[in-house]
Amino acid sequence: MRRVLASIVIVAAVVVLLSIKLNAFRDYQIAEIATYTTAVAGLTVLTGLSGQISLGHGAFMAIGGYTTALLLLHLSWPFVIVLLVSAAITAAAGGVVGVAAARLSGPYLAGATLMLGVALPSIASAYPGTFGGDQGLTVVFNAPAFLGANFPLTRWQAWVATATALVTLTLLASLSRGRIGRNWRAVRDDEVAAAVAGIDVARARVLAFVVSAACGGLAGSLLAVITALVAPGAFPITLSITLLTAAVIGGLGTLPGAVWGALVIVLVQPYITNVAYSHGLSATTSANIPIAAYGLILILIMLAFPQGLQGAVSRLLGFGLVPLKKEDTSERT
Amino acid sequence: MTEFIQFTLSGIVFGMVYAAIALSLVLTWRGTRLLNFAQGGMAMLTTFIALEVVYKTGSYWEGFVVALAAGVVLGAVVELVVVRPTLGRPELNSVIVTIGLLILLEGLAGIFFGGQFRSFPTAFSITGVHLGKTPLGVSRFDEFVAGVVLASTLILAVAFRFTSAGLRMRAAAFNATVARLSGIRVARVLTVGWALAGLLGALAGVLVSPSTFLYPNSMDSIFVYGFTAAVIGGLDSPPGAVTGGLILGVGLSYVGGYVGGGRGSDLTAIAAMAMLVLVLMLRPAGLFGGASLRRV
Repeated sequence: MRRVLASIVIVAAVVVLLSIKLNAFRDYQIAEIATYTTAVAGLTVLTGLSGQISLGHGAFMAIGGYTTALLLLHLSWPFVIVLLVSAAITAAAGGVVGVAAARLSGPYLAGATLMLGVALPSIASAYPGTFGGDQGLTVVFNAPAFLGANFPLTRWQAWVATATALVTLTLLASLSRGRIGRNWRAVRDDEVAAAVAGIDVARARVLAFVVSAACGGLAGSLLAVITALVAPGAFPITLSITLLTAAVIGGLGTLPGAVWGALVIVLVQPYITNVAYSHGLSATTSANIPIAAYGLILILIMLAFPQGLQGAVSRLLGFGLVPLKKEDTSERT
Repeated sequence: MTEFIQFTLSGIVFGMVYAAIALSLVLTWRGTRLLNFAQGGMAMLTTFIALEVVYKTGSYWEGFVVALAAGVVLGAVVELVVVRPTLGRPELNSVIVTIGLLILLEGLAGIFFGGQFRSFPTAFSITGVHLGKTPLGVSRFDEFVAGVVLASTLILAVAFRFTSAGLRMRAAAFNATVARLSGIRVARVLTVGWALAGLLGALAGVLVSPSTFLYPNSMDSIFVYGFTAAVIGGLDSPPGAVTGGLILGVGLSYVGGYVGGGRGSDLTAIAAMAMLVLVLMLRPAGLFGGASLRRV
């Protein structure tokens, strides 16, 4: 745990320095990375530790985002409270989904959650009165007054998102090391053995969904304030699939892997876009090359590093002597 | 009553398309225990190829045949090149590989064919047919769609049941180790399964594109509903895939038609989720899913 706290202090210091040094667009990217890290960390705990797949995690982000937008719009509470309430409401929704999910196995759970990810945002389109329809709701979010009038909003957004991500990572790290995390791993590896050992299997599985959904809600809340908008189009099914992709690419079940995954999904495509434009390719081609290249990169990472990027990093740093099982990598947060 | 018949028939037509996608997923699932998320993207690509052929030759049928052939080749190539290296690794790795492939194919389609919506021709008239004086809400082409999918399903069912190649495929899906010991080349059987799945996907692409337009993402939602149909029916069951497709198609057609206020289309996805949740609550392994394999 001391190592976790130390690395978190270092990351926080680096982010503060970077956000001051870099321009507004980079600050926005930092906020994006922190937001996706929060969501992916929750998902990697659900899928990697408790063994339940979710292809609809964007739905939880949508719940968190809309809760935040509605609370800021109608009640104008302090943001910390809004963030916590959004997480709590999403956690409750996660509990409902978790109870339904506890009976389903692999691909059936995948199908059910995929449909959840498709269907939930369309509720917002169907009820424009409350949720603003396809146009969505505008989210007003300002930097606090004590930072001065000239403090860039993007920098404040990067700080808020990073702080949320770091707190989430710390909580998840301590959860996954404790009794609860041990129960999750036991349920994942062998349900019957876990039940025989006295673990309430259904409860462990539902709890994993609650925790994971809460993280998704936090991320949705952050996404709402950094993009200043919630709309059904902000939570497409590709978002849910991207989150799972990030979790697996980073290294499923590992929290540092969530950070690697978030870095990949935020930074790779804009980087290739820049390269494509700088080579003077036509507009259609340079708009589509990053997409194709991103797909290719996903395939190559999976073929080259079956344990994800975190697996590759551990091996590079000489942890390779420890057998690279999921259980071991998750301990090494 | 007329409305009811119209909604039912047009639901069946869309249901048959979902059934074709669902069947292709069931084929790959039974063989390789892998959900192929690139199935829709592969169908999109073969349909683009068909469209180019139709432009060049002016013949719908040449495009149709080329699409199916391309589907077979693409299915086999994907299995050999991309999927096989990931088998035996964590299951989700293969899933992410197919997602990567989907993104790659959509990017390539954007580069080579552009992102604009293209209309795709039909083989037959798309004006509605009448029974006496009653409009049925479906066209000759819709009849063709339903007929082709039904025919290919029956052919597959008969082939699986009565040919030795079908027996080999069933054996490999049932127990790969025992099949291998009996002298079946399981790896080749898996490739054939993927090729057949590619054919069904290509068929769905050609049949649905006249009503959805064709663009790099055009098969995404068709894939989601096809997947849903497969889950409703039970992922191990070909008859389940067809049943699931029909239930979903007809159910969504009723919701789109009867639920008023122009909200029908927004509620389609919600209705599909409701149907899926209902089925899974009653039968967690789908309608045709066998006894649960989980040792509890």
